[in-house]
Amino acid sequence: MVQMDAVQKRLFQEVADLHGIPEGAYNLRANGQAISRNTTANIDIQSKSDVSGIDIRIKDGTKNESVHIPVVLSQSGIKENVYNDFYIGEDCNVLIVAGCGIENCGSQDSEHDGIHRFYIGKNSRIKYVEKHYGSGDGSGKRILNPVTEVYMEEGSTMEMEMVQIKGVDSTERTTIAELKENAKLIVRERLMTHGKQQAGSIYKVDLKGDGSSADVVSRSVARDDSYQKLDLCIIGNAACSGHTECDSIIMDNGRILAVPSLEANNIDAALVHEAAIGKIAGEQLIKLMTLGLTEAEAEEQIINGFLK
Amino acid sequence: MLELKNIVFNAENDGKNVGILRDISLTVDDNKFVVITGPNGGGKSTLAKVVAGIIKNNSGQIIFDGEDITEKSITDRARMGIGFAFQQPVRFKGMTVVDLLRIASGKTLSVSEACEYLSEVGLCAKDYINREINASLSGGELKRIEIATVLARDVKLALFDEPEAGIDLWSFNNLIRIFENMRKERNGRSIIVISHQERILNIADEIIVIADGKIVKKGNKDVILPEITGTENAVNICSRIQ
Repeated sequence: MVQMDAVQKRLFQEVADLHGIPEGAYNLRANGQAISRNTTANIDIQSKSDVSGIDIRIKDGTKNESVHIPVVLSQSGIKENVYNDFYIGEDCNVLIVAGCGIENCGSQDSEHDGIHRFYIGKNSRIKYVEKHYGSGDGSGKRILNPVTEVYMEEGSTMEMEMVQIKGVDSTERTTIAELKENAKLIVRERLMTHGKQQAGSIYKVDLKGDGSSADVVSRSVARDDSYQKLDLCIIGNAACSGHTECDSIIMDNGRILAVPSLEANNIDAALVHEAAIGKIAGEQLIKLMTLGLTEAEAEEQIINGFLK
Repeated sequence: MLELKNIVFNAENDGKNVGILRDISLTVDDNKFVVITGPNGGGKSTLAKVVAGIIKNNSGQIIFDGEDITEKSITDRARMGIGFAFQQPVRFKGMTVVDLLRIASGKTLSVSEACEYLSEVGLCAKDYINREINASLSGGELKRIEIATVLARDVKLALFDEPEAGIDLWSFNNLIRIFENMRKERNGRSIIVISHQERILNIADEIIVIADGKIVKKGNKDVILPEITGTENAVNICSRIQ
């Protein structure tokens, strides 16, 4: 096994809360190479032979197990496309933690484009946590373009926590999902951009089966000169229910375009969208200042709460 | 404790300069419970905000504990020991009640300590401690949390701007009890409450009546209250609801 250096350890900690080697199944990838892998009796991880990436197979009935597959890039100038496919059996209950951390102190761009596909079996419950993080003060950009595809069988549940709070210069996040009967998708996205960052976040959720439901909520903050485009779309093709919400704070010269959209192709599709963009309310700042915080501290607390 | 000297505040209204506070001078001694009353639009809330630094007076001087704080910011005044409970508390999406109480106390408040402040304002702590301060809270609940944020701070001077506004009768009875307790356990701290409510006026040491930007009456409760009872400056909660 390749040893992790201090930078890699810090990145793993940021994106996957890992302080060491995780329990359960895992595949740790650094600078384009797998550095450590573990499989369990129920969870198998195999490298793909045709392209870069792994297949993760989870047996029927696997409960209370976890899979960690974080990636870190600490060398400047690495560009990679990685395909990770999850084949999840029926009646499982599994936590999956992914995420990518880039430290770029050099002058060349570093880019990681991860394509994650989830095939979720009947009545399985998956919690998926994905964190993206960038650091380093080089002129090279930190670029992440994750694509997530989720295919959900009858009665399955997918809860996704997607977080990108710091340091990623450019990102185009695309998530598509297809839900069969009584499948349920819950998405909680947290996004913060600063400096001159650009972020695009696209969700396209297709509710195909009767009784399926989706709740997609994005909370974001755009500060400095950053720009975000949030494009949340739910399509109701059955007797289903869907809700999307973009709730954003703009600061400094930050700009946000929120485009929540709904398409109902069935008379029994019940779809709702909400979108709100605004600056931090002056009364909120004043309230926290009367509690002894400076204006900058008050802003930080408001943002922290909002993105929690 | 607090001394206001010749406070003047003017506001622009339709291009005209309107006097909101017109030469207000007063002193609040240590350990006093003072209620400011008077007709709506008379300048009471503005005066409280001037003391907290939320509104900047055009002229006059504010002395707090012997120090001139006229030019000090909201933050500086808060750190010197001035607390302010807003008439209309704001909501914070994502922030929980315990988060706000922790900010207020300025320390790593334990959950049980936070619960004590909530119990003091009549909220069942375990139901509220992890609630978000968002639109799911009623006006009365927000108001009590607002008061708890002032209790959680170690202030020398606590200002309450119309604490009874927007709360129901049941909450109002609780509110009276909170102020009675605060009055009992003052420990050198002074309290200024802006209120029209007879029951709050009744627990004051001193009453100040402000109308049209000026102090029109000021003195011991026993002297002032009989003079204003039955007027809009001292109303009974039920008559106000009717």
